[in-house]
Amino acid sequence: MARDPAEMSAKKVVLHGVKKIYQGASGDVVALNGVDLEIRNNEFVCVVGPSGCGKSTLLNILAGLDRQTEGEVLVDGKPVDGPSGERGVVFQQYALFPWLTVRKNIAFGLHNKKLPQQEIDRLVEKYVRMVALEDFLDSYPKELSGGMKQRVALARAYAMDPSLLLMDEPFGALDAQTRAQLQADLLELWEKENKTCFFITHDVEEAVLLAQRVVIMSARPGRINKIVDIDIPYPRTQETRLTGRFTELKNDIWATVYSEYLEERK
Amino acid sequence: MSKKDRAAKSPAPQGAAWVNLLYVVVSVAVVMLLWHIVSSPGMKSAKVFASPAAVLKAFAAKVRTGKIWEHLGYSVGRVLTGFSLAFVAALPVSFLMGWYEPFRRFFQPWISFLKCIPPLAFIPLVIVGAGVGESAKVIVIFIAAFLVMVITIYGGVVNVDNTLIKAARVLDSNDRTIFFKVVVPASTPYIFTAVRLGLSSSLTTLIAAELTGAQVGLGQMIQEASNYFNMDVVLMGIILIGLVGITFEKIVTFFERRLTAWQEIRQK
Repeated sequence: MARDPAEMSAKKVVLHGVKKIYQGASGDVVALNGVDLEIRNNEFVCVVGPSGCGKSTLLNILAGLDRQTEGEVLVDGKPVDGPSGERGVVFQQYALFPWLTVRKNIAFGLHNKKLPQQEIDRLVEKYVRMVALEDFLDSYPKELSGGMKQRVALARAYAMDPSLLLMDEPFGALDAQTRAQLQADLLELWEKENKTCFFITHDVEEAVLLAQRVVIMSARPGRINKIVDIDIPYPRTQETRLTGRFTELKNDIWATVYSEYLEERK
Repeated sequence: MSKKDRAAKSPAPQGAAWVNLLYVVVSVAVVMLLWHIVSSPGMKSAKVFASPAAVLKAFAAKVRTGKIWEHLGYSVGRVLTGFSLAFVAALPVSFLMGWYEPFRRFFQPWISFLKCIPPLAFIPLVIVGAGVGESAKVIVIFIAAFLVMVITIYGGVVNVDNTLIKAARVLDSNDRTIFFKVVVPASTPYIFTAVRLGLSSSLTTLIAAELTGAQVGLGQMIQEASNYFNMDVVLMGIILIGLVGITFEKIVTFFERRLTAWQEIRQK
């Protein structure tokens, strides 16, 4: 893929000494303890780690849905202060509005941007076609399968044209075939429209297939353990999974994650 | 991208129309038969249960004098007035409770306190304050319906899926948009449940109130008939109350189907 090197090196996200403490009933819980991470413009970063490692907390902080207790969170050099359409989020549980049709779900944020109706219609058409659901524009979420719902959620996030896309285990609830299809779709979209992707998953194979860098987190307290560069060229396809390098990287990351898990159980 | 993953279609209808009809016919027929048996002259229970024919005759007599429409009209009118006022008051109170912490903290203890008191217990107070006229009955119905609706709608407002609110926030929604475009529609199913509960508690409270004293109304009709041991009229009154309740239910369901068809219904 041809990407402008200057643009690639520009820092999209800077996390510096990010700490998050929750006040629980039985004392304070340290969810994140000193996370430092830089994400380049248009980079695809996956985060893996055991449950309780604070990966969702990190995403919520980036989205502006939660606030760090300490440390700096910069997107485009500016501190994150509350949610914004500039930072799109795709949730594991789809989070479609069940009382709205596919069309109105995708248009939801566009109305908030006060765009003219014509422009809204054009964008809805464009993104619904991108996820191949144009036949379902007037269907309600309950009439869609899980994979289709997640495609609507993707289209809804993309329609806002965010420069940073935050995804919290978006394919975690889907079956293997649907998941493979959506991974391919996501890669295709990412290569078409330049966006920085921050993608959380517990599936190591998914992380290696999608990401340029995989961030491995540790639990209790949540922190970054290791960052692995995935030096496999794009476009990546399902065949990529069969290559030696892929297996090597996957096993390498898996070993780290698994030892974390064993450590945790002690 | 594949279009192959076909939509999981909306829940199947609960069987053909004639099957539903059959169930209704069989169920009604069995109960009518039982009624016929317990009311037949040789049975001891005939003292309590007037026969279907006697009840029908009593109904026809009241229709002829037009008295039945007066009773029915007054009762339904009181229920609808008290209920409507309660609904109009319950909507803002329950949404404000769900939305604003100080409001919730102010109201919640009082709601919990009042909900344990049967509305009929307020009757002596209401009579002293508002006399024995129509407004007294409407006030008692208002109390009954308001409490049950506030509790139900409030429960819906605080149970709105937090992920949907988050999703709206990251789509550039302000508080106003989140309230009107997420919280309100997400609470609609609860509003319908509240209306249903509110109507039924309005009706039961009213009849109970009328039994303790009224000039006219279904409850009063039953009370008067029982003084003269006219069990046919008593039974007819009871049946009418049930029919009014079912009618309310059907009307609510009619609107509910249209407004909350988007819901994922749990399949049996």
